[in-house]
Amino acid sequence: MNTCPEQIVHCMHAYLDGDIRHDDEQLLMKHLAECPSCQKLMDDLTDAIEFIEQAEPIEAPVGFVNDVMARLPKEKSQVGIQRWLRKHPLLAAAAMFFVLMSASIFSGYGNDQQFSVTKQPNLIVEGETVTVPEGEVIKGDIIVKNGELRIEGEVDGNVTVIRGSKYMASTAVVTGTSEEIDQAFDWLWYKIKETVKDIFKTGDGEKPVEE
Amino acid sequence: MERRDIAMNQLINKRINEVIKGNQEAFEEIVTLFQHRLYHVCYRMLGNRQEAEDIAQEAFVRAYINIHTFDQKRKFSTWLFRIATNLCIDRIRKRKPDYYLDAEVPGTEGLTMYSQVASDVALPEEEVARMETEERIQYEIGRLSDKYRSVIILRYIEELPLQEISDILELPLGTVKTRVHRGRAALKKQMGNL
Repeated sequence: MNTCPEQIVHCMHAYLDGDIRHDDEQLLMKHLAECPSCQKLMDDLTDAIEFIEQAEPIEAPVGFVNDVMARLPKEKSQVGIQRWLRKHPLLAAAAMFFVLMSASIFSGYGNDQQFSVTKQPNLIVEGETVTVPEGEVIKGDIIVKNGELRIEGEVDGNVTVIRGSKYMASTAVVTGTSEEIDQAFDWLWYKIKETVKDIFKTGDGEKPVEE
Repeated sequence: MERRDIAMNQLINKRINEVIKGNQEAFEEIVTLFQHRLYHVCYRMLGNRQEAEDIAQEAFVRAYINIHTFDQKRKFSTWLFRIATNLCIDRIRKRKPDYYLDAEVPGTEGLTMYSQVASDVALPEEEVARMETEERIQYEIGRLSDKYRSVIILRYIEELPLQEISDILELPLGTVKTRVHRGRAALKKQMGNL
């Protein structure tokens, strides 16, 4: 075995790593010139490295990139939706509003099967039939749901019949608009109109308070 | 860093930010840039083209999934090589689950099981002598234990500086130096006279 100081072997490795101090390098060179066994060790180490360094670069097989791309986890559709939302905040808010609104309105249309009528004095209610008596004047709107409306007198306002029937006698007078709603879309349109009207009404009503 | 490296880093970070924003296609350029180097390291670590392809692809997939954890102030190749070398080492360890011939024998300095037991991967001398250079290189690297193998490959095949190897393997510089020294000694020993 090698009887030379261990420091020499350390110097060899430092030399091969390229971070040997100048005085150590001189010491090593001096020693190697005198000691054939250390020179042999140094040569063997250098040869081993040089042999490994001959390794040819090897390229990835053709189609490697495509294979990697195919292996990537699919973009979650959630990510796509989120990205869209971030890009179009106004549209997103409008869409959200529309979805929620129509959901509540449609459910309202389906569930509300009960007969109801706007409370007005002078109206005669018999079962599910509402009558505006001849010679009477109703001041205000009338909304009848799931029932029959007979108008023989005068209505000074709007008349709306939702899923029901309307009968107007020859003597009937309606000063406002008169409409019958049977279809879900009519219902939706009606609700939206009402909501918008409400918004403007409350808006108008609050103005004086603010000022 | 050289100016070319800085420009390269800027390009890579730009693509990385696009990937983070959800643009998967931006990752393709990153794969194209590093595919050969990464595949080469994996091939040298594993000595098998099929496995190298599988592990190199897996390394890119992991990089993609964890891209948001990459610190853009650092070098991307270092991070990528770390993922790949870890995957290679895992794969090597799974192949021989029992014990390592090259594990150091307790109580001895640098003495490994190789020096005590004849390795089953060692081939007869005359067969080794007939090998082509490339085959022989791979054979000799393959006989190194995984901890020496990774440093020798990164140092002498990838020709990376010791500091970068220390960053890739997340080991102190001193440990890397020791492993390079022992790896060189092991190579010299197993190769005998060329």
